[in-house]
Amino acid sequence: MDKALTVGRVAFRLNGAPVEAAPHPGERLSEVLRERLGQRDVKIGCNAGDCGACTVLVDGAPVCACLMAAPQAEGRSVETLGGLTSFDPVAQDLAARFEAHGAAQCGICTPGIMVSAVALLRDTPAPDEAQVRDALGGVLCRCTGYRKIIDAVMGTPALPAAGDGVGAAIARLDGHDKVTGREAFGDDVAPPGTLELRVVRSPYPHAAFRFGDLDAWAGATPGVEAVLTAADIPGENRFGVIPPFADQPAFAEEVARFRGEAVAAVVGTPEAMRAFRDEDFPVEWEERAPVMTPEAALAEGAPCLHAGRPGNEMCKGRVACGDADAALAGAEVVAEGSFTTGFVEHAYIEPEAGFAEMDGDKVVVHACTQAPVMDREALEILLGMGPERIRIVPTGVGGGFGSKLDISLQPYLALGAMKTGRPVRLCYTRIESMQSTTKRHPAEMRVRIGAGKDGRIQGFDFFGRFNTGAYASWGPTVANRVPVHASGPYRVTDYRAVSQAVHTHCPPSGAFRGFGVPQAAIAQEQLFDELAERLGMDALEFRILNALRDGEPTVCGQVFEQGVGITACFEALRAAWAEEREEAAAFNAAAGAMRRGVGVAAGWYGCGNTSLPNPSTIKAGIRADGTVVLHQGAMDIGQGANTVITQIFASAFGVPAGSVARIGADTDVTPDAGKTSASRQTFVSGNAARLAGEALRAEVLRRLNASPEARLEFAPGRVRAEGAELDLARLEPDTEGYVLRAEESYDPPTKPLDADGQGHPYAQFGYAAHVAVVEVDTELGRVHPLRFHAAHDVGRAINPLLIEGQVQGGIAQGLGMALMEEFIPGRTENLHDYLIPTIGDMPPVTTHIVEVPDAHGPYGAKGLGEHALIPTAPALLNAVAHATGVRIRRLPATPDVVRAAILEARR
Amino acid sequence: MRYLRPASCDEALGMLSAPDTRIVAGGTDVYPALRDRAPRFDMVDVTGIADLRKITQEDDWLRIGAAATWSELIRHPLPPAFDGLKAAAREVGSVQIQNAGTVAGNLCNASPAADGVPPLLTLDAEVEVAGPEGARRLPLGDFILGPRRTALAPGEMVTAVLVPEPPAGAVSAFAKLGSRTYLVISIAMVSVLATAAEGRIAEARVAVGACSPVAVRLSALEADLAGRPVADLNDLGLVTSAHLAPLSPLSDVRGSAAYRVDAVGTLVRRALLAALEGRNG
Ligand SMILES: Cc1cc2nc3c(=O)[nH]c(=O)nc-3n(C[C@H](O)[C@H](O)[C@H](O)COP(=O)(O)OP(=O)(O)OC[C@H]3O[C@@H](n4cnc5c(N)ncnc54)[C@H](O)[C@@H]3O)c2cc1C
Ligand code: FES
Ligand code: FES
Repeated sequence: MDKALTVGRVAFRLNGAPVEAAPHPGERLSEVLRERLGQRDVKIGCNAGDCGACTVLVDGAPVCACLMAAPQAEGRSVETLGGLTSFDPVAQDLAARFEAHGAAQCGICTPGIMVSAVALLRDTPAPDEAQVRDALGGVLCRCTGYRKIIDAVMGTPALPAAGDGVGAAIARLDGHDKVTGREAFGDDVAPPGTLELRVVRSPYPHAAFRFGDLDAWAGATPGVEAVLTAADIPGENRFGVIPPFADQPAFAEEVARFRGEAVAAVVGTPEAMRAFRDEDFPVEWEERAPVMTPEAALAEGAPCLHAGRPGNEMCKGRVACGDADAALAGAEVVAEGSFTTGFVEHAYIEPEAGFAEMDGDKVVVHACTQAPVMDREALEILLGMGPERIRIVPTGVGGGFGSKLDISLQPYLALGAMKTGRPVRLCYTRIESMQSTTKRHPAEMRVRIGAGKDGRIQGFDFFGRFNTGAYASWGPTVANRVPVHASGPYRVTDYRAVSQAVHTHCPPSGAFRGFGVPQAAIAQEQLFDELAERLGMDALEFRILNALRDGEPTVCGQVFEQGVGITACFEALRAAWAEEREEAAAFNAAAGAMRRGVGVAAGWYGCGNTSLPNPSTIKAGIRADGTVVLHQGAMDIGQGANTVITQIFASAFGVPAGSVARIGADTDVTPDAGKTSASRQTFVSGNAARLAGEALRAEVLRRLNASPEARLEFAPGRVRAEGAELDLARLEPDTEGYVLRAEESYDPPTKPLDADGQGHPYAQFGYAAHVAVVEVDTELGRVHPLRFHAAHDVGRAINPLLIEGQVQGGIAQGLGMALMEEFIPGRTENLHDYLIPTIGDMPPVTTHIVEVPDAHGPYGAKGLGEHALIPTAPALLNAVAHATGVRIRRLPATPDVVRAAILEARR
Repeated sequence: MRYLRPASCDEALGMLSAPDTRIVAGGTDVYPALRDRAPRFDMVDVTGIADLRKITQEDDWLRIGAAATWSELIRHPLPPAFDGLKAAAREVGSVQIQNAGTVAGNLCNASPAADGVPPLLTLDAEVEVAGPEGARRLPLGDFILGPRRTALAPGEMVTAVLVPEPPAGAVSAFAKLGSRTYLVISIAMVSVLATAAEGRIAEARVAVGACSPVAVRLSALEADLAGRPVADLNDLGLVTSAHLAPLSPLSDVRGSAAYRVDAVGTLVRRALLAALEGRNG
């Protein structure tokens, strides 16, 4: 055959400049752009067309670079976000609007979103919302809930910001890199040509395995530099976020306990790893019968996953007060039901990725994470090395939502670098990310709630069984949190809530925004509606009547004398609730397949660890040249910690936030600000930042002999206040170059829980309530959310713009959980079959920011991250019931489930 | 493994005579099927064949070249009989997918949920095939044999999708059901093409996808609809289980078999109402 026809080189214009590359046969344009041409602003979220993160313009038209054979670009023009924002005024304007609206949170989807939007705006400079949706329907965003993106593309005015201190709706301080494609995520930092690693995983949920001759195989396979198995782990082959439960091996030994569990890894040249296929690896599998549900795992004779946990029960949780049974027996009405939810996948658009290298005898891991210090602690055990020999340098994080709290690829990278002595790189494929990382716990809940004639809750009995998967991960946390929260933010005097976490041969269930609380709220808030209905009460007024108030004990017997904001949230929704109910009634007055419904639900969430210490430390210093530096170790995974913590510090210190230089998390240079979870960063790290700012200020004021109210003014090498001046150059810098410094810690005050769960689990709760408006297509069972009204008590809004972003993003995830998302091991392991909301699924949200200050919060602030999605699913389900009269008790409420329920009710 | 980019159909056919070759057009089915692995076959890219990219009117036939994309079809001016096909095109994945994916690729991939098949069935489309033995044409219904199976013999390729002149005054519509908006594989979809006069349906063609191994026309229903008043479309019991007998849906993660059959009745009525009255019922 004519050789000339075989494509060897490809030449095209990249962002205006001619380029050439020599791709492998079949190499995707995305790979050529990223690895051969250094264009790492093109992101890979799925490699299959499902996420759109890789969108580039080819001759002006958006396409997925991951689906395009590189030679198809021959002679054409290819544009990427980085290029567009450097030369195209349409893109530059758009970038400014994306920043002003906070339309980029983590930023991993932003290149795909913005590039698609540029194509639209070139043709249609003033698009309407429908046009924006059509243009962006092919790009998934898991953080924002799309509303800020729509606002930015349409050019609606952004929230005004006065100043940049606490309370100002400023654009995120780290936003510019995100909207220009410069932000470096886990897979963007390794130099091209770095050795690559592939993990060999179990194809079965439960199987024994035996390796063949690994050395012989490695020796005979060109380009393979090392094979790693459990035998290569110098320390203990065990990790887990909760030390007493640590049970997960980095590489399984002899038996694999879930499909996708790692058994070995191969390190080799990029060419060798390109050609590598799992089935070439010398391992023999012996499939065993798995237990995939708690029911099967608890059955007599079921295989036991972990010695020491007989019957596959991992742990239980319990909170009880008063006498639930007696109260229920005497209740006027009792509502009860069984509720089921499935696995929910985090589906951040950035799969786990990073690289590791040796620095002398220290191993340095660059990877996306929510908890750098916990990553190091896990590696200390696995590698058998002290903290001084391990350094974690987090990259940008393209979404986390809880799953990037656990280590994933860190041990493989570290072991690979240590064994080969060379840098090693790994980016999980979408499928392995979905197979092997943690999920939201599936729940089976049986709940009975009573109420008296007066409408007050009278007796509450909750039992929840959670499928915790093959390993513990955050299962114990879920088991603890659920009984504490299952009452909802209400006054419940006679209460019993028991949770049970059960092992199965499923992927480990772990942390996912809310730690089991969203599941419990689905049961409790739906039953509250039924109680209200049976009592003939308005659903919102029923909740207000029962709302927890200052000075009343929670189900844990904890009494907050201040700061209980749930009533204020409900009251903020009263007007919208009444209007929406009226409008729905008017709409439904006409017959038709479409029925409108309006539902309300609430949630609460304790910020920080449950009755356990979780301190944060923040360090700041002033350099001789007058630069104020903040070591901001609270991982920003898109939620905005870089901005909020800086705003708090700057306000406490007394300078503009924009003038503060930031150094991010890095276990060698920045103190531990704890994990980004449990809605704790604004509260806990925020307090540490406030304390550090105050301490540094006190030190400066002392040296200037100035009053506490003094205004600080920085000039090069100097700081002035009240006419006095401090010459910073005359002070002795410390080893880090700081002439003045402060380092402060904060740990929220809590008290342990007793056997009945009585105690002080959290120093503060945050509160939320949502009203959801839906239209249900009763003939097809499809639920179309039309609007949300969301009231959130955040104590004090440090940054209202970021709050709206969190609320909208949380709602989108709650909507997905309610209506479409279910991870089924072996079946929905990609973003083609596992559906998350697109821009077309997410309706407008009106956010009501409620500020009931909290005595412990910095400037009164409370946490928010997880609260945002807790009320969403039950509010939607209550709206569906209002529209159709049917109750959905098994999630997700996909069209077939809803339609079946409607038909059943008619029978 | 090689990546081959022929400039003509003859060149392409020469390449396809070698073993282990696969045609690539938009790549939107080929690449996801690789599941992150490197291909172990020669890729024959037909998008460099200029003739195949065109959409043209040839005598009474619309000729959609095998490398023409969904976006190109959407932009091509066509009469209302093609509204259903265009609506389907706009629902294929996303703009990104429509800009790369081809109509022919959709047919060759032979997915039971291929959105292009029902509208093309109602248009009585034919598939033009070139091969070592020369060219042939076959009705779309004979081209797709089963999930991922077509009538293509080794070494053959599709060169065009051909659509005959639709009935005068025909209107059409497409109704897709999925669990979300955009980027969604159909749970079920229905395409209709109809003509009406004086409030009565003259001819109705109805095709259903994702409810059988290959999308099908509902001929018994079509026969029953001919001559009925358009207003009958508001009758919820219009579509009977006998009409739906050709369907044999599966239960999967997207929906149960019973649900699919139930939904099809609604989708058929709504698609016909949309086509004939410009509204959703
Ligand atoms: C994210 C995503 C969403 C999608 N959504 C939808 C959807 O909503 N509805 C839908 O129907 N499809 C959908 N698809 C599938 C796909 O986009 C369509 O089927 C598309 O039309 C395929 O065209 P292509 O040119 O990309 O085909 P390719 O991937 O290039 O080829 C597809 C198959 O056809 C063969 N082939 C291609 N051209 C020829 C030819 N001329 N002769 C012989 N064989 C040929 C190839 O060898 C291959 O087997 C989606 C795909 C993705 C990735
Ligand atoms: S990476 Fe290309 S679409 Fe997801
Ligand atoms: S900002 Fe869109 S995925 Fe994070």
